[in-house]
Amino acid sequence: MSKGKVSKVAGPKYLIFIGCVIPYRVSAFEISARKTLGKLGVELVEMPEFNCCGLPLDPVSHEIMLILAARNLALAEQKGLDIITLCPGCAATLKKVNKTLKEDKALRDEINRHLKEAGLEFKGTVNAKHLIQVLIDDVGLEKIKKSVIKPLTTVRVAEHNGCHILRPKEFIGFDDPENPKTLRTLIEATGATCLHYMDETECCGAPSAGVSDKVALQLARDKLTHIKAVGAQAMITICPFCHIMYDTNELRIEKMFNEVYGIPILHYPQLLGLAMGISPNELAFNDLRVDCSKILGQIYKNGKING
Amino acid sequence: MTVDDAGQKTTKPLKIDPRFKYEISKMRGGEKLMRCFQCGTCTSDCPIARFSDTYRPRQIIRMTQLGLKDRVLKSDTLWLCAACFTCTDRCPQDVEVASVIRVLRNLAAKEGYIPQVFKDQCASILESGYAYRIPELRLKKRENLGLPPLPKGNPESIRKTLRDVHFLKYVERKGE
Repeated sequence: MSKGKVSKVAGPKYLIFIGCVIPYRVSAFEISARKTLGKLGVELVEMPEFNCCGLPLDPVSHEIMLILAARNLALAEQKGLDIITLCPGCAATLKKVNKTLKEDKALRDEINRHLKEAGLEFKGTVNAKHLIQVLIDDVGLEKIKKSVIKPLTTVRVAEHNGCHILRPKEFIGFDDPENPKTLRTLIEATGATCLHYMDETECCGAPSAGVSDKVALQLARDKLTHIKAVGAQAMITICPFCHIMYDTNELRIEKMFNEVYGIPILHYPQLLGLAMGISPNELAFNDLRVDCSKILGQIYKNGKING
Repeated sequence: MTVDDAGQKTTKPLKIDPRFKYEISKMRGGEKLMRCFQCGTCTSDCPIARFSDTYRPRQIIRMTQLGLKDRVLKSDTLWLCAACFTCTDRCPQDVEVASVIRVLRNLAAKEGYIPQVFKDQCASILESGYAYRIPELRLKKRENLGLPPLPKGNPESIRKTLRDVHFLKYVERKGE
């Protein structure tokens, strides 16, 4: 996959952990992430025989979650490569289990007894990171800024971090949950303005949607209202579940509460991709539910990037 | 309030299990249950509590301390937690509220209270490795979009690793 374009030195290399919900419903995230990471010289190797990270089953069985996560880590260890995930839920789960099993020998032995049945063993020799952590820590801000050939200086957006990229701090640890800076910094690297708004770190509500749609949609509406109030032209997400919560549900929320938001919800790599000069088509903008023609029209005034 | 055999309305005394708090405190994630001094930081910061009339993490913690086992485990509200971990990060007593809730859910599941969505996801993981059943059409569309084929799971290997997990029998029971 290495492209002999700009990067002379081999970039970082990861196993890509796509998770379940992205191939199921959120392809645009994967498409735009692969495109932008490719441009930044990050090499992605497909994850072999992987399974669900385990998070969805944690509420019913912590034990199953531990085994599923450890199985993925053990597979990655066989390849000797660190994992990159696009879903913060997967990253958080793999990180948490990795740390817990490294520190707790008794639990590690117990989980390894299960893995042994399939000829696997967890040793704790690889790390798992989310896309934005890879971007900020391993690719580096300078390289990202250099890759921006068409700064989006006229665009004003709002960030939405979501929960699992930040909490619990003890396990995730790379950003401050009360005042997160990573996503904001990455957005600003594209030339766009990242606006502040009320309750920026509030949950999207998605995990409760299966149990109570009403509560979840009210939460999502709250955030859209706050973002609209500061005049953001788009919301930038880094989580497939948050994206579904806002993009897929925005029209529904508008109808339900008799409001008009019209706020496009973009995956961060889509925004970065535009600034890199990649076309909206290649970044799968047509996969988004909320109409983006206004913001794209502004960026591409007179057929050229404006700014 | 219940109706007895004679059709009389009667009030049942609350069932209390004084050992419940010790049971929870022994489980991974529930260790710090007894530290809670009911300040209410969890509930006031909880995004779900803002919009739900019933979900109150502080109340769940107190009921657990008091031994109201049945009421806690049978309650639907237990399943509303979004696992955002705001309560865990902000608790001044470091109770790890979200983990206590998870421990309670795990116990509720063992007693047979499992929302269908979790049963479906578990079945799907055992079948394919993925939590959702991804339709063929999606897989084709993926490749049309220029994405690499989706890695195949190895359900046989997954089943082997989960063979000794007694819990599976609760999840696999369908349609209850």
